[in-house]
Amino acid sequence: MTGLTPLFAESLFPNGITHYALGGLLIGLGTAIIYLGTGIIAGASTFLESTLSYVSDLPRFNKVKYVTSRNWRVVFTLSIVAGAALYTVTLGDGWWVSSVQPWRFAVGGVLVGIGTRIGKGCTSGHGVCGVGSRSRTSFVNVATFMLVAIGVAQLLSALGVSP
Amino acid sequence: MSDEERGLGFVLLVVVGGLIFGFGLGVSNMARPEVVLDFLQFDDFGLVFVMGGAAVVTGVVFALAETFGNRAPLTGRDYGRRLKSFDKNVVVGGVIFGAGWGISGICPGAAYASLGVGNYPILVAIGGMFVGAYLQGLWRARRADHAARSTSAD
Repeated sequence: MTGLTPLFAESLFPNGITHYALGGLLIGLGTAIIYLGTGIIAGASTFLESTLSYVSDLPRFNKVKYVTSRNWRVVFTLSIVAGAALYTVTLGDGWWVSSVQPWRFAVGGVLVGIGTRIGKGCTSGHGVCGVGSRSRTSFVNVATFMLVAIGVAQLLSALGVSP
Repeated sequence: MSDEERGLGFVLLVVVGGLIFGFGLGVSNMARPEVVLDFLQFDDFGLVFVMGGAAVVTGVVFALAETFGNRAPLTGRDYGRRLKSFDKNVVVGGVIFGAGWGISGICPGAAYASLGVGNYPILVAIGGMFVGAYLQGLWRARRADHAARSTSAD
């Protein structure tokens, strides 16, 4: 029995869990700090709509809540980019470029953009903030996108699409 | 139009929060689409600890602030939780989002962070997200327009 547990853990978590858990805590901490100071629960995807209000006249993007938050959402997003860059040049192991095929980014990106706006949130909005709020709506959204994403990724993998 | 820019303190806090958020995405390797795809293909379940770890922190902080906190110092807002109304869009959106996440291994926050680790091809995904959000807004506007016209014709 003593030999089974580590073997089991190794197959589920071939890269360990420390950096995953630590990264998760920091992601939560970043959200929590902004919340404690401002009362604002900042998800990552509202940036898409609020930024579109700079260039589009569509009323949909020019709601008061987008126009009044668009500036700090740009600051938030740029800070996320900077935070990841800071990690890369300190603890990280250098700059890194994905080898996932570009068409997957293009098609996936469009669907993510549509889906997050229809579904009222993304992995940070529903997955971190909504689940942290014990919101039933968010649990349903997360369970839905998890199951579909697993199915789609496994299907592509089975069809030989890699990476 | 700058109701929510309450001075330097507000902006600095957003910067600090964003930096920590992005740093965490770097530490967790979620800025690498390959690692997300490894999770979705059941090769490495580490993502559970990322989302779980983050949700535990927000869960505890939201609950404590809501119970013991009064108003947020920088905005005067009440502390509340993120509770969005449920309708079929929550499921429809989840299905479309999930398909996109499964195809690309990338979501909005992780995409911004991915740019920060040097992964410039992710600009294709970020561009795609803007296109998707714009198409959704356009479609919503058309539908609202159509509905208004058919109502006035009655």
